[in-house]
Amino acid sequence: MIGNWPLLTIITFLPMIGVLFLMMIRGEDQVVARNARHVALWVSGFTFVVSLALLLNFDPQAPGYQFEERGDWIPAGGISYHLGVDGISMPFILLSTLLSPLAILASWKAITKRVREYMIAFLVLETMMIGMFASLDMLMFYLFFEGVLIPMFIIIGVWGGARRVYAAFKFFLYTLLGSVLMLVCMLAMYIDAGTTDIPMLTSHGFAAGMQTWLFLGFLASFAVKVPMWPVHTWLPDAHVEAPTAGSMILAGVLLKMGGYGFIRFSLPMFPLASEFFAPLIFALSIIAIVYTSLVALAQSDMKKLIAYSSVAHMGFVTIGIFTLTEQGVAGAMFQMISHGLVSAALFFCVGVVYDRLHTREITAYGGVAAVMPRYAVFFMFMMLASVGLPGTSGFVGEMLVLVGAWKASSWVALFTATGLVLGATYMLWLYRRVMFGKVVSPEVEAMERISRREVLIFAPLTVLVLWFGIYPASLLDVMASSIQLILDSAAAGGAIVLAGR
Amino acid sequence: MFEFQMADIMPALPEIFLAGVSLLLVLVAAFGGETARNARRVTRMAMGGILITLLLLVNSDLVITSAFGGMFSADSFASYMKVLVLTGTFAALGLSLRTDGDGDINKPEYSLLVLLALVGMMLMISADNLMALYMGIELQSLPLYVVAAMRTNSLRSSEAGLKYFLLGALSSGMLLYGASLVYGVAGTTDFTGIAEALSGGALPPVFIIGMVFMISGLAFKVSAAPFHMWTPDVYEGSPTLVTALFAIAPKVAAISLLLRLTYGAFGSIADQWQQVLIALSIASMVIGALGAIMQTDIKRMMAYSSIAHMGYALAGLAAGTVAGATGVMIYMTGYVFMGAGTFAIILLMRRDGAEATRIADLKGLSSTHPLPAIGLLVMMFSMAGIPPLAGFFGKWYVFLAAVEAGLVPLAVIGVVMSVIGAFYYLRIIRLMYFEDTDAPLDPHIPMANRVVLGASLAVILLFFAGLGGLLAAADSAAVALIVFG
Repeated sequence: MIGNWPLLTIITFLPMIGVLFLMMIRGEDQVVARNARHVALWVSGFTFVVSLALLLNFDPQAPGYQFEERGDWIPAGGISYHLGVDGISMPFILLSTLLSPLAILASWKAITKRVREYMIAFLVLETMMIGMFASLDMLMFYLFFEGVLIPMFIIIGVWGGARRVYAAFKFFLYTLLGSVLMLVCMLAMYIDAGTTDIPMLTSHGFAAGMQTWLFLGFLASFAVKVPMWPVHTWLPDAHVEAPTAGSMILAGVLLKMGGYGFIRFSLPMFPLASEFFAPLIFALSIIAIVYTSLVALAQSDMKKLIAYSSVAHMGFVTIGIFTLTEQGVAGAMFQMISHGLVSAALFFCVGVVYDRLHTREITAYGGVAAVMPRYAVFFMFMMLASVGLPGTSGFVGEMLVLVGAWKASSWVALFTATGLVLGATYMLWLYRRVMFGKVVSPEVEAMERISRREVLIFAPLTVLVLWFGIYPASLLDVMASSIQLILDSAAAGGAIVLAGR
Repeated sequence: MFEFQMADIMPALPEIFLAGVSLLLVLVAAFGGETARNARRVTRMAMGGILITLLLLVNSDLVITSAFGGMFSADSFASYMKVLVLTGTFAALGLSLRTDGDGDINKPEYSLLVLLALVGMMLMISADNLMALYMGIELQSLPLYVVAAMRTNSLRSSEAGLKYFLLGALSSGMLLYGASLVYGVAGTTDFTGIAEALSGGALPPVFIIGMVFMISGLAFKVSAAPFHMWTPDVYEGSPTLVTALFAIAPKVAAISLLLRLTYGAFGSIADQWQQVLIALSIASMVIGALGAIMQTDIKRMMAYSSIAHMGYALAGLAAGTVAGATGVMIYMTGYVFMGAGTFAIILLMRRDGAEATRIADLKGLSSTHPLPAIGLLVMMFSMAGIPPLAGFFGKWYVFLAAVEAGLVPLAVIGVVMSVIGAFYYLRIIRLMYFEDTDAPLDPHIPMANRVVLGASLAVILLFFAGLGGLLAAADSAAVALIVFG
C-alpha cells in the first residue's frame, strides 16, 4: 500500500509545506511567535512520523537502493530527479527527522526575536538535509549539500552570540571553498561519464589518474565538512556562536555530510585513490584526534570544549572509513549516528545551563548536580556515552573502528586508542568542574530544575543511545548489506580499472 | 546590393513595430507636454509596445529567418536573446513608473530614448553583417549616452554621461577600425562570407589585429576587464533607474553580438580568439571580485559585480562550443532576473525622499522591510551562485562547457573567484540581517517594485524546475548560432 507512495519526496518536502504555512501567519508579534513555534514543531514532528513509515517498510536484507523515485528533470543532459535510500542513507535520514523537532523544541524559549524567520530557516534546513541524504543524482546532491549553507548562515548570523558575524562568514566561506572544488570535479565526472546518476557513476570506473584528482577535489569538500584537521577551525567558532539548536543540528547532522560523502562517493567511485590516500587520511585523523583532544583540555568554554571533542570524534570516523574494512566502515557509520545523538544532547546540556545563567564559562559553574539532580543524570549519561562507556552507543562505534584500524595498521590503532584516553580525561574533568564540588555562587543555587520540555528532549536521545549500546545489531543489520555492497563494488571497480590499464 | 522585398518585413517585424511605436511616442511626448503625468503615459505606452513586440516575437513562425540580403537574421538564438532584452527593458521601464519618483527622470523623453535603445539592442542581436552590427551598436549607444546624463541638474550625472559617451565613442572607433581590417582581408561584410573566407587557409596577421580590435571594442560594451574602467563611474553617476537599465539589457545585447561574431563569423578560427577571451574572462572575474569588496556604494558594487558576471559568461564563450553558447544563454537568463530583482530593491533605498545608495544604508533592512530584505537575500545568494538558485545553474553550465573544452584552469580560477565574490554578497546579507538599523529607510514600497521583485523572485527560486525546457530552448538556439563547421 504505502510502497506506491513517493515517500521520499513527501519526507523531503514536507517541511517546505510548513514554510508556506509559516509565511501565511498573520497577527501580533506574540501570536505569530507562538503559532510559528507550534507549526514548526508539528510539521517536523509529522515528518518524523512519516519517516518512521520509511523505516518500517525498509528491507535491511536488500543491499541496493529502495523507495527509488525517478523522474525527468533535464532530459537533454542525462540529469534526472532521482531519490532512493539504502542502509547507509536510511539512518541519516531518520537522524535528521528526529533531531529537527528536538532542536525546534530546544529553541522554544531560547529564541524570542524573529521566531517566525527562525522556524522558516530550520524547516528549510530540514528539507536540505533530508534531500541530501536521499539524492541519487550528483547534481541534486550538490544542490542540497550546498543549500544547507543558506539557512545555517542565517541561523548563526542572526540568532548567534557576540561574534556571530565572524563565525557565520568563516563557516560559509570555508564550506563554500571546499564545495566549489568538488563542483569542478563533478563537472569532470559528468563529462567523463555523461550522467550525474550516482548508481551509474559508481559502476563507471574512472581512470586511475583521474581518480587521484577527483579524490582530492572531493576531499577538499568533505574534509571541511567533517571537519578534518587542519580545516577544522571554523567549527569551534561556529559552534560557540550558534544558538543551542543550531549547534545541535550542526554537530548532529551537518558534520555527518562529510563522512556520508566519503562513503557514498570517494570509496565506491575512486577506490584506487582511496587506497592510495588512506595513509594521508590516517595521518590527518590521528593529528585531529590527539591535537584537538589536547586543545579541548585547555578550553574554558563548555561549548568550545564539546566542539573540539567533536573534531576528535570525527577523526575516528575518517579512520574507520579509510580502513576499507567492513568493521571500520560499519564502525564509522555507527560512530556518526551515535555522535549525532550524543553531541546533540551534549550541546543541549550546555544550552540548558546557558539558558539559566547566560554564560558558558566552566568556572562560573560548580555543584550543579546538587541543584539539578535530574539534569546531572542526563548529562552524566551523555558524557559517558561520549567517552565510549560499554553499554552506550559510543562504545560500539569506537570499538569497531579500532578493530578496523588494527586490521589496517597496528600503529594507527595505537594512536587512535590514545584518543579514547584523552577523551575520557577532558570529559570527566569537565563534568567534575561543572557538576560536583560546592555550589559556587548564589546564581547557581537559584537555578531552576529542568522542565518537562527539556526532559522530553533528553528522553528520546537517551533511550536511543542506550538502545544502540545494548543492542547494536539493530542498527548494524540495517547498514551491513549496503556497506558490504559498497566495499565489494569498490574492490571490483579497482580491479577493473587496473585490469584495463 | 540587394533589393528590398516584402519578405524582408516579416523576420524584422518586431523591430519594425517597435521602431514605429518609438516614432509614435515622439509625437505623444512632444504634444503631451513636459509633465510627470505625460511621462508616465509615455512609459505605459512604451511598455505596452514592448509587450506586443514580445508577442510578435514569440508567435512568429518564420520560414525565412534571414532578411535584408543576409544582414539581419531572426533565428532561434535571436529570439531567445531578444526575449531577454525585452523582458529586462520592460522591467526597467516598469520600475520608473512610481509616482513619487525623482523629478529629473520623470521626463517623457526618457522612455522614448530607452525604446530607441531597445530597437538598437534587438538589431545588435540579429546582426549578421558588420554594417548591421555597427548600426545596432550605435542605435543602442546614442540614446543611452543621453539617458546617463538625464539628471541635468546633477554634476555627477552629466559627468557619467560624458564619460560614457567618450569611452563609448572610443570603443566604437576600435570596433570600426577592427571591422575595416576584417573587411579588408575577407572582402565582405557578411558574417557567413567572412566565415567562408577564413576557412580557406593561412590568415594574414592583419586579420588577427582586426579581430582583436573588434573583440576589444565589444569587451568595452560588455564591460569586461581590462576595458571596464568606465563601468563603476557610469553606474554610480547615472540616475539609479538608468543604472538598472544599464545593468540588465545592454549587457545581454553585447554578449549576443560577441557570441554571433566569434561563433559565427570567426567560428572556424576558434583557437585564435579563444586566448583573447580566456584572458578577458580571467581578468574580469578577478577584477570584478576584488574590486567589489572595497566598494561602499551599492551602485558601484553592482558595477563590479556585473564585471565579474561578464567574466563568468565569457568563460562559457571561451569554450567555443555549442555547450559554451548554451551556458552563456542560461547564465544571461539568470542574470537578467537577478539584476531586475536587485535593482527593484536598490530603487527602494530612499531616506526622507532622497536616494540613499551607500551599502551601509541597508543596515537592519530585515526588521524595517522584511519582504524586500528576503528578496535581496535570495538575489544575493543567487548572484553568489549558491544552489538551488538560478545563479548556480548559470555557473554550472558555463564551467561545464569550459571543463569540457579542456579549460580546466579557467574553471578552477572561476570557482575560486566565486568564493571571493560570495564575500561581498554575504556582506549585504550581513548588513540586512545581522545588524540593527540606526536610520530606517522610507517605508513606502511602490507597486511597480513589488511586481518586478515578485516576478524575479519566482524565476530565481523556481529556475531549477524550468531548467529542462530552458536548456532545450537554449541548446537549439545555440546550434543556430554556428554558421560554419
